[in-house]
Amino acid sequence: MSAGPFKVTRSSRAARIAAVAGLIVLLVLAAAPWWAGRADMRLLSEVFLYLALASLWNLMAGYAGLVSVGQQAFVGFGGYLLFALTIFAGLHPVVALLAAGGLAALVAVPVAALLFRLRGAYFAIGTWVMAEVFRLVFAQVGALGGGSGTSLPVGIVKSLAASRSGREALSYWLALGAAAGTIAAVYLFLRSRKGLALTAIRDNELAARSLGIDIWRTKFIVYVVTAALTAIVGALIFLQKLRISPDAAFSVNDWTAFVIFIVVIGGIGTLEGPIIGTLVFFALRETLADLGTTYLLVLGLVAIVVMLKAPKGIWGLIQIRFGLQLFPLGYRVLGNLANKEN
Amino acid sequence: MPDPILQIAGLDARYGDFQALYGVDMTLAEGDVLAIIGANGAGKTTLMRSIAGLIRNGADEIKFRNVPIGALRADQVARRGIALVPEGRQLFPSLSVEENLLIGGRSGRQGPWSLKRVYSLFPILEERKRQPSTSLSGGQQQMVAIGRALMANPDLILFDEISLGLAPIVIRDIYRALPGIVSQGMSAVIVEQDITKALSISSRVYCLQEGRVSLEGASTTVSREDISRAYFGIE
Repeated sequence: MSAGPFKVTRSSRAARIAAVAGLIVLLVLAAAPWWAGRADMRLLSEVFLYLALASLWNLMAGYAGLVSVGQQAFVGFGGYLLFALTIFAGLHPVVALLAAGGLAALVAVPVAALLFRLRGAYFAIGTWVMAEVFRLVFAQVGALGGGSGTSLPVGIVKSLAASRSGREALSYWLALGAAAGTIAAVYLFLRSRKGLALTAIRDNELAARSLGIDIWRTKFIVYVVTAALTAIVGALIFLQKLRISPDAAFSVNDWTAFVIFIVVIGGIGTLEGPIIGTLVFFALRETLADLGTTYLLVLGLVAIVVMLKAPKGIWGLIQIRFGLQLFPLGYRVLGNLANKEN
Repeated sequence: MPDPILQIAGLDARYGDFQALYGVDMTLAEGDVLAIIGANGAGKTTLMRSIAGLIRNGADEIKFRNVPIGALRADQVARRGIALVPEGRQLFPSLSVEENLLIGGRSGRQGPWSLKRVYSLFPILEERKRQPSTSLSGGQQQMVAIGRALMANPDLILFDEISLGLAPIVIRDIYRALPGIVSQGMSAVIVEQDITKALSISSRVYCLQEGRVSLEGASTTVSREDISRAYFGIE
C-alpha cells in the first residue's frame, strides 16, 4: 500500500524528545529528597498538586465542555474525608486518600444527575452553588471542628513514616505521583475508545450525536472520574497542610479560580497547556509574592492579555508557530501536501 | 408495495419559534431510494435532521418500522439503524480518517459494512487512513462521511446535500458508488440540488417548497414542468 509522497505519523521528533526529556525530568524530580531542601520540596509538591488539578479541570472543561467553577467541592470533600477516615475509621492515610476518591465518585453520581440538567453558564453557577452546599455541610460536622476546622492528630501524621524527613519524602512522592499519574491517566483516556468519542464530541457535537454517541453518558463518566481524582488530589493537599477548615477546603479562589487561570493561560483543550500554565502561574507567584494584592492584579492582567491576544493560550501560540505536539494525540502529515487532488 | 420503513405524517418541525416544516407527509418503502429536492430554505435539511433526531418532534410524526421515533434523541435514533451523512461532511478534525470511520462503527450494529468493505468501496481512504481528515480534499472528505455512516450498518441512510460543493468528477465517483450501497437492501433518502442526478438515482421524488411538500411522484414519471412548478412555486 502506498502512502504517497508524504509520510503520516502520530509521533513526531518533538514528541519523542519530549518523552525522553519528560522521563529524565521525572527521574530528577523523584530524586529531589536527596538534592532539594525542605522548602523547595514543599513548593514542588504544591506545583505538582496544582498541575494535577489543572489537568483534571482541563479534561472536563477543555474536552468534555463541562465548565465547572465548583471543583473545590471535591478538593474539600477529599480533604475532609482524609481527616474523617483516618481519625474515626483508623485507616492509614494512603488508604484513606484512595477511599476518599472512591467515595467522591459515589457522591458525584447524584450531583451530576442534578447539575447536568443545567446548561452553559447555569451549569457553571450550579457547580459553585453545589460547592457551597458541601462547605456548609462540612461546617456542621462538630467532630471535624465545625466552622473552625481541625488538625490531623500527631499519631496519624507519624503513621506515614517514622522520621520527619521520611514523611516529607513520602508526601512529596505522593504529590509527584498524583501529577504524573493524572497526566498519564488523561492521556491514556483520550487515546482510548471512550476518549475517541470525547474528542469527537469536542470536535463536532452534532456529528457525534448522529453517530450514536450518547453525549450525556460520556460527559457523566468524565465528571465522575474527574471528581474522584480531584478528591484524591484534595486529600493530598490537606495531608501536606495537616490542618483543614471549611473556608480553606472549599475555597473557590484557591482550588478553582487559580486552576482556571492556569488552564486558560497555558492553553485549554491541550495536554501541554496545563503544564505550561502551572509553570507560568508559579513563576508569577514566586516573583510577585512580596507585592501583596498587587500580585492578584498582575494575575488578572496577564489573564486578560492572554485571552485577548492568544485565546488558545501560550501553548496554542507555540503550536501555531512551530507545529509542535508533545503528547502524540492527533496525526500529522509530513512532506508535500500540495499534490492532493480534488 | 413492500412495507414502509419510514413514515412521516403531519411533521411540523421548528427551530425555537421558527417553524420550518408544515404538515409534511412522506413514505419510504423498504429498499427504496427517495430523493428530496427543493430550493434553499425549503426545509430539506430540517427534514433530514428531524428524521435523524437532531431536531425533536412529536413521537408519532416520524415512524421507523412502525415504531414512533420522532421524539427520540439522535443517539437513540442512530442505534436503531438510521445514519446521517450530514451537510458539509462534519468530520472530526482531530481524528484520522480511520478513527473517523471507527467512530461510525461504535454503535455495535452487525451487518455487511466493515473497515475493509469501506476501503474497497473507496480505496483512496485506505491509502490515507492515517491522515488527519482535514488534510483530505472535499470529495475524499465526503467519502469519509459516507464511510463513517456505513460503518454503523444502518437500515436507512440519509444523505444531506450529497454533492454540494464538490467537483463534477468527484460527484460522478460518488454517484457510481451509490448503487453498490443501496443494492445491499439499505433504504436511502438523498437531498440533492441537481435534479437530473436526483431523478436518476431515486425511485420516488419529493419536492419541498417553503416547508411544505409541493410535489410527490415516481422519479420516472414526473415531468420537468411539474418539477419547475413545484420547485419555484410558479403557477
